[in-house]
Amino acid sequence: MAPGTLSTFLKRGAIWGFILFELVFFTIAGEFLSLSDKAFMDLDNMLLLFKQSAPIGIIAMGMTIIMINGNIDLSVGAIYAISAIVLLDSMTWPMFAGLGDWVIPLSWALALLTGAMLGALNGLIVWKTGVDAFIVTLGSMLGYRGLVFMYNGEQPTSHLNWTLVDFAEAQFLGLHTPTWFLLAATAAIWFLMNRTVHGRNAYAIGNNREAAVNAGIRVGPHMMINFVIIGFLAALSAVVFYSESGSVNPNDGELYELWVITAVVLGGTKLTGGAGSILSTFGGVLAIQLLRKGLAHIGADTSTVNLVIGLILVAVLFLDRQLNIKGKEELRL
Amino acid sequence: MPPTAEHKASPSGRTESWFARLNITGLLARQGILVAFVIFMIGFTVANERFLDPDNVMGVIRSSAILGVMALGVTFVVISGNLDLSVGSMMSFSTIVVLDLHDKIGPALAIPAMFAMTLCLGALIGFLVGYLRLNSLIVTLGMLSAIHGLTLTYSGGKNMDIADKEGTWFGVFGQGDAMGIPIPILLFVLLAALLGAVLSKTPFGRKVYAVGGNGVAATFAGIRRARLVFCCYLISSFCVATAGLIQASRSLGSQNTVGQGLELEVLAAVILGGASLMGGAGTIFKTVIGVLILGFIQNGLLLVGLQFYVQYVVTWIIIILAVWLDIAAKRGKLWSPIA
Repeated sequence: MAPGTLSTFLKRGAIWGFILFELVFFTIAGEFLSLSDKAFMDLDNMLLLFKQSAPIGIIAMGMTIIMINGNIDLSVGAIYAISAIVLLDSMTWPMFAGLGDWVIPLSWALALLTGAMLGALNGLIVWKTGVDAFIVTLGSMLGYRGLVFMYNGEQPTSHLNWTLVDFAEAQFLGLHTPTWFLLAATAAIWFLMNRTVHGRNAYAIGNNREAAVNAGIRVGPHMMINFVIIGFLAALSAVVFYSESGSVNPNDGELYELWVITAVVLGGTKLTGGAGSILSTFGGVLAIQLLRKGLAHIGADTSTVNLVIGLILVAVLFLDRQLNIKGKEELRL
Repeated sequence: MPPTAEHKASPSGRTESWFARLNITGLLARQGILVAFVIFMIGFTVANERFLDPDNVMGVIRSSAILGVMALGVTFVVISGNLDLSVGSMMSFSTIVVLDLHDKIGPALAIPAMFAMTLCLGALIGFLVGYLRLNSLIVTLGMLSAIHGLTLTYSGGKNMDIADKEGTWFGVFGQGDAMGIPIPILLFVLLAALLGAVLSKTPFGRKVYAVGGNGVAATFAGIRRARLVFCCYLISSFCVATAGLIQASRSLGSQNTVGQGLELEVLAAVILGGASLMGGAGTIFKTVIGVLILGFIQNGLLLVGLQFYVQYVVTWIIIILAVWLDIAAKRGKLWSPIA
């Protein structure tokens, strides 16, 4: 891959260059435009940024491996909401009443299990029916959302456990609990994709499915494992977030799939599969959160954030294609 | 490499004689969605006699019209092998714009102005996907967010309302009747007939199938793919503008998130109608059936006393079953060959 080395390097570094640009831009612009006299690069502000990146970021790790494998998952927002409801509701179940605070690990396990099972259901359908993952998860996005409503009607589900809230708000070595979960998820998925057979096969399947089949790789189980992982991570994201907030609305997590996919694509993962990096996704997640925070810092409202993120997404796609054409001398058909 | 899916070359399966198409299995495979539709209608009629009441049927079609009009345009985009996720926020945009302009320059000017602005957005997407050849999923995902931002900026984050709701004729598109038929239904039927004819009876329609079925072959056959894709997105945005007009006219006021999430419902209807996401397959008629199925299921479940969210779960099962049986019939095996 000698001829493409420079462009590969550029693409790998692009997201970090973009983050650096955002930091500099918002710091300088903040001096002139911000209403508060706190600096943008304030340490507390940056720690908060990591913490706020966690819900999207944890799911984005799962979405990266799904997309590397050549699939997509649109149902993560609904899985997120169901897991949150299971977490909060199971803590009030009478059969767990005598457990005291020991109910917490049990509820966590139940919520994570729910997420993993819903992911497994997606994976099983994709595997056994051969229907495109986009359609399967488009369907289950609706179906799982229906399950969310069936669980508790249109009422919010609330339960506050102060031990849990203390845990979720704690800071260890300066970083918040959600940040630690984000880092752990990133590290685990990085290890999975770069140091295990499963990861290597996932890349191979996404890159050229026919070749992977001919090489004796079983496509189905790998896809299935990835769907279980993204379901688990969507549940983990919910568990981390709702441990602190303690109340979930049936509409929570809506449009999360779009934010997550935006972060993953910003990180340079190909929709067609076969290429993508966990660390770049991490960068993509940070870049989006920086953008949201930075624009808020200089006094822009949510409408500007939506506008800017949409345009950046298109611009990234355009630049990416320009870089690729040079490398491959793609035939323009 | 030989073409992998021969059925794509002839979307309506005209290569076979009408006699061969009479067998029941083939009918089920091809018109499965129609069969499912009839079964649903019978089932709901048995469950509740009010279901087939003309008023109820009219009401269902009327409330499906907005979704349906959008689905017509998206059918073109999907058959040409692309996706359009931006129709929901584009519909919010056109609704807000036409309501705002109504009070500023009057309805007669507001409507063409809104159509022009929405078509501009469609042209932008068509340019990005057609001429710059960017991935349509991500482009329209980006535009979903960008147009939503544009709408919020335009409206200043507020909901739009027409000041004088009594003294305007603008409500005719959403609330009016012509010969006893509600105008939204009339618009839906007219547009469906027009676009159906374009898709199945004109060279342009044939080219849409060709580009979606095999883009490279279509290019070698001398079809200008970029221009064709561009036109598909223009058609889609025209349909979105019509849907926005109906929506605005029906309620004469609107939240600026009115179309949020509609893009996926529209896509669900189109897929339910049997259009392939890979492109090259699908018809306007089947999309209309897909839209009606969604509408009647929603209505039927409400009539038998179930909550609105039960339809989500039912829709989920139906979508997957429909697509599964469709491809199972094509490959001749129920379970996928994936190892």
